[in-house]
Amino acid sequence: MSHHDRFLALENVYKAYDAKVVLDDIDLAVSRGEFCTLVGPSGCGKSTLLRLLLGQEAPTAGAIMLDGAPLGYADTRRGVVYQKYSLFPHLTVLDNVLLGKRITAGALASRAVRSAMRDEAVEYLRRMGMADHAGKYPHELSGGMQQRVAIAQALIMKPQVLLMDEPFGALDPGTRENMQVFILELWEEAGMTVFFVTHDLEEAVFLGTRLLVLSQYYTDGRGDGVQRGARIVADYQIKVASTRSKETADFGAFIAQIRREGFDPECRRHVADFNLRHPDSFHTVSAAELQR
Amino acid sequence: MTWRNPHFLGFAARPSKPLRVALGSALFVLCLALYLTASHLRHRDNPQDKILPSFGQMATAVYQMGFQRDTRTGEYLMLVDTASSLRRLFIGVLLAAALGLVLGLNMGLFPGVEALTAVFVTVVSIIPPLAVLPILFIAFGVDEFAKIMLILIGTFPLICRDIYLYTKKLPYEQVIKSLTLGAGAFTTAYRIVLPQVMPRLLEAMRLSFGAAWLFLIAAEAIASTDGLGYRIFLMRRYLAMDVIIPYVFLITALGFAMDVSLKRFVLWRFRWYSGR
Ligand SMILES: Nc1ncnc2c1ncn2[C@@H]1O[C@H](COP(=O)(O)OP(=O)(O)OP(=O)(O)O)[C@@H](O)[C@H]1O
Ligand SMILES: [Mg+2]
Repeated sequence: MSHHDRFLALENVYKAYDAKVVLDDIDLAVSRGEFCTLVGPSGCGKSTLLRLLLGQEAPTAGAIMLDGAPLGYADTRRGVVYQKYSLFPHLTVLDNVLLGKRITAGALASRAVRSAMRDEAVEYLRRMGMADHAGKYPHELSGGMQQRVAIAQALIMKPQVLLMDEPFGALDPGTRENMQVFILELWEEAGMTVFFVTHDLEEAVFLGTRLLVLSQYYTDGRGDGVQRGARIVADYQIKVASTRSKETADFGAFIAQIRREGFDPECRRHVADFNLRHPDSFHTVSAAELQR
Repeated sequence: MTWRNPHFLGFAARPSKPLRVALGSALFVLCLALYLTASHLRHRDNPQDKILPSFGQMATAVYQMGFQRDTRTGEYLMLVDTASSLRRLFIGVLLAAALGLVLGLNMGLFPGVEALTAVFVTVVSIIPPLAVLPILFIAFGVDEFAKIMLILIGTFPLICRDIYLYTKKLPYEQVIKSLTLGAGAFTTAYRIVLPQVMPRLLEAMRLSFGAAWLFLIAAEAIASTDGLGYRIFLMRRYLAMDVIIPYVFLITALGFAMDVSLKRFVLWRFRWYSGR
């Protein structure tokens, strides 16, 4: 099948904490350079999926492949921006951004290399509008400023996959829009694959080239007794030009549709009817599950 | 009229600066006054009284102990005692801090190390150190080593467990973050986590000095030829309160100075720690 040679492939991935199934058979193939936004009801397992992609936790069952090889523990191929705790409290803004460079350059790096790294870090901070705060500690910054530094800290390592968990959750609308535009610029420039978890559907549609809806609100042939974990219930390819203007009627209708598909417990779709419109979408479902 | 915070009474009290100074010194002044009164009353009955010496008597004793060479050894006894005690105290606490830091850090970070050592350290921390003192003297002799061991055993568990729990509480996100930035396990432990634990270590040491003094004085009282604890217990035989009280005062002053300087140092050196 074609999804095997995709850059990132998840097949039959389950994650359970004790008896509680959180992710229930996730199938996903992602090409290099895609900007995937991930939405879903609170507690459905978005952060859990991100932790699996990061290698912070291992799946209970199933395979996750990155670039043709099984995905291991966290490493430099993946960068992460958490909602909080991304920055090291004991380092200044500049040192936080420089840390990855310093670690990978090793202790023996020449003076020229060091000063080049420093210039690069300052340049990242400048683009984030944080150059004036280089000497401050994270606790001296507002939440939005901290997030900008965290993004610089992750981006300077040029990861192949950038994972972001509600990175703009704490920002005011103005800053948030600036950051959205900015993250798109950086993404286009660096050509990385992005996973972006958000609670804001408009943000998800605006940013993504692909929108994944994760939800536990669906039905299948397993009967009423089972505790279902979340699945990808909808998978959209987003045409950049048509959907990036938030004012159009299409945009509003699209958001309403996502809300119905993923967020409405009253409106459960059957597994056979998932809205998997993205060309790379695939879903392995057993015959028992397909029963009505 | 608008509402104002009261000066002294209640949850909302906001004592002014002068009031704060006055309140802070009140109990000291009270103790001093009580002592002076009691001492004065005893001296009125018996001018030679040794139990509650006057300040004059104490000053004479301090002058003899600290500013005149001892007739037998030719040394300034108070100086020698202080130096010996501080050396034992510092070596003991620093060893405990170093061991506690390394072990606690690794326990907090690596579940394997935790599984291996956590129960053991808990059990060791319950052993009353003073109960082990005779064993130490028998095993290591009565010289410096046994005394330092006692301080080490007495302060290590608290420091180790404190660092362990603190490390464990650091957000795990930080470990993952550091791996994504190219660090390995060693770099993560000693370059990312260790610097964050340092201020906590200094605070744990601050709290440990109290216990360290206790074990130091106990060890010196039982087997020693110098040291502040040795002197106090020697002088007890002669009811020499005029020496004992200044010595107690000296120990308190040393402890207070160490406490304040450690606290100041943490505030100054680890701005991010106190600022959180
Ligand atoms: N370490 C864990 N142990 C037990 N249960 C867990 C653990 N981590 C997550 N869960 C459970 O897994 C479910 C999914 O959690 P997760 O944090 O992934 O949700 P989420 O979609 O990110 O939610 P939110 O939008 O609120 O951030 C929750 O029901 C949570 O209780
Ligand atoms: Mg989450």
